[in-house]
Amino acid sequence: MKILVCISHVPDTTSKINFTDGDSKFDTAGVQFVINPNDEFGLTRAMWFKEKQGATVDVVNVGGTETEPTLRKALAIGADSAIRVDATPTDGFFVAKQLAKVAKEGNYDLIIAGRESIDYNGGMVPGMLAALMDANFINTCISLEVEGDTAKAIREIDGGKETLTAKLPLVIGGQKGLVEEKDLKIPNMRGIMQARKKPLNVVAAEDASAQTEAKKFEKPAPKGEVKLVDPDNLDELIDLLHNEAKAI
Amino acid sequence: MSVLVYTESEEGKFKKAALEVASYAREVASKDGGSVTAVTFNAEDTSELGNYGVDKILNIKSDKLSKFNAEAYADALKQAAEKEGSKIVVLSQSANSKYLAPLLAVQLNAGYAPNVVALPESTEPFTVKRSVFTNKAFNLLQINTDVKIVGVSQNAFGLKENQADATVEEFSPNLSEEDFSVNVDSVDKATDKVTIADAEIIVSGGRGLKGPENWGMIEEMAEILGAATACSKPVSDMGWRPHSEHVGQTGKPVASNLYIAVGISGAIQHLAGVNAAKTKVVINNDPEAPFFKAADYGVVGDAFEIVPKLNEKLKEFKAKNA
Repeated sequence: MKILVCISHVPDTTSKINFTDGDSKFDTAGVQFVINPNDEFGLTRAMWFKEKQGATVDVVNVGGTETEPTLRKALAIGADSAIRVDATPTDGFFVAKQLAKVAKEGNYDLIIAGRESIDYNGGMVPGMLAALMDANFINTCISLEVEGDTAKAIREIDGGKETLTAKLPLVIGGQKGLVEEKDLKIPNMRGIMQARKKPLNVVAAEDASAQTEAKKFEKPAPKGEVKLVDPDNLDELIDLLHNEAKAI
Repeated sequence: MSVLVYTESEEGKFKKAALEVASYAREVASKDGGSVTAVTFNAEDTSELGNYGVDKILNIKSDKLSKFNAEAYADALKQAAEKEGSKIVVLSQSANSKYLAPLLAVQLNAGYAPNVVALPESTEPFTVKRSVFTNKAFNLLQINTDVKIVGVSQNAFGLKENQADATVEEFSPNLSEEDFSVNVDSVDKATDKVTIADAEIIVSGGRGLKGPENWGMIEEMAEILGAATACSKPVSDMGWRPHSEHVGQTGKPVASNLYIAVGISGAIQHLAGVNAAKTKVVINNDPEAPFFKAADYGVVGDAFEIVPKLNEKLKEFKAKNA
């Protein structure tokens, strides 16, 4: 089985979010970038398929040279090779187009992406990728097994879960649950040394135009002061929630 | 101009999100005197949609579509949009809508704006405000394609009643075998519990509760208030509560009317996840907990004393205001 894991290069979850160039761009100054957490669960699951079922695992990112350390980290975790599509990711559709080309040309059986990136939260790349390459698609996937050419997956739905079966090729929108947080792979010294020698191929972007443009960014209005209620006067809290906030 | 809206139902009944996206679609259509067409799947009684400004209902009745199937539903919506000549498709941000939206976008060659929090700022060019960075910021997104898909965040717009005479038309889309190539084997859903996605009120617990055996009082409060239960990331990572309850940047974002956090200090990732909740209450014994800075109301003290007392008072309140 050939697996492709799509890696999004995103600001660490603790990052302060600021904008620059007249609020038109995310300010990367002082920001640590990491593998998108939803992709990391999928990457670790892919490593399981590699160890238990002899799968090969490649990782791919659409981005500039600044994303290479993130791809190297994925190689250090255990991916066999990396592909960087050399382009500025303009919108989800553009990224999906690039990934579809890589996935088709590489004849991958299973493509694992995160259900969404934690920066722009679009949640559209995995589905668009599946539609563009005419593959099956399962989103918000929390469990995945593959036998032969058939995958069995569990998907999280609002208030429960669903069990699904689909033939490969299949695109997965993954999230926590694919593996547990405690089972996430952390690169060790040997992995980091090996990653330096693994191939990281840079490929040219396919001609595609974005469908959307991100214009101005803004931050939420600052919050007012918290109103503290004495623990011995909880009637006041109920009164505030009922009459002021109209929440109960 | 025709605006198409996907109105989700469950066991034949419309979800609140369906009425919210119908309300939104009405306002968008009214900007240039257009009409709203809703697409329903196996809904029992469609008349409710007329209260939210829907002019026409394409009612799909099909045993094959009794279980949600993203590809088949997307194909049906595509055929409905083409039949109506709709330039704008509005849907919610439920798990199912988020699943099918990108499939529909490719089929309709449409640009898609997810997590939209307000009506379009302009229609020429078409721009909408959406949340990004898990509610830590907003972005004005311009959609440049002829057909546009707008995914409206839960509770961002609310319900707006608007009487219309909705005509109902049976609609049978042409579906192929391929539309069902992902097979839904079984659905496992607790029907007696409020889900985080649909909840008006959420009661959430953190590490301050010391162990899963102490969740009784959280569940009791949720029951009194008709609320959903949720938790912080460490609590789900330690296995005290299921992952599906984890609220935050890598878990679920919430947009409920009221969010009550008990024993949660308020890590930046958790605060991002609850930013869109309208009113936040924090109960914590540490007055320095960062959550107090992000909350509307706070009680500093021992949750094990406060919550049982508060539950008693909430019961009295509910009995009086029932």
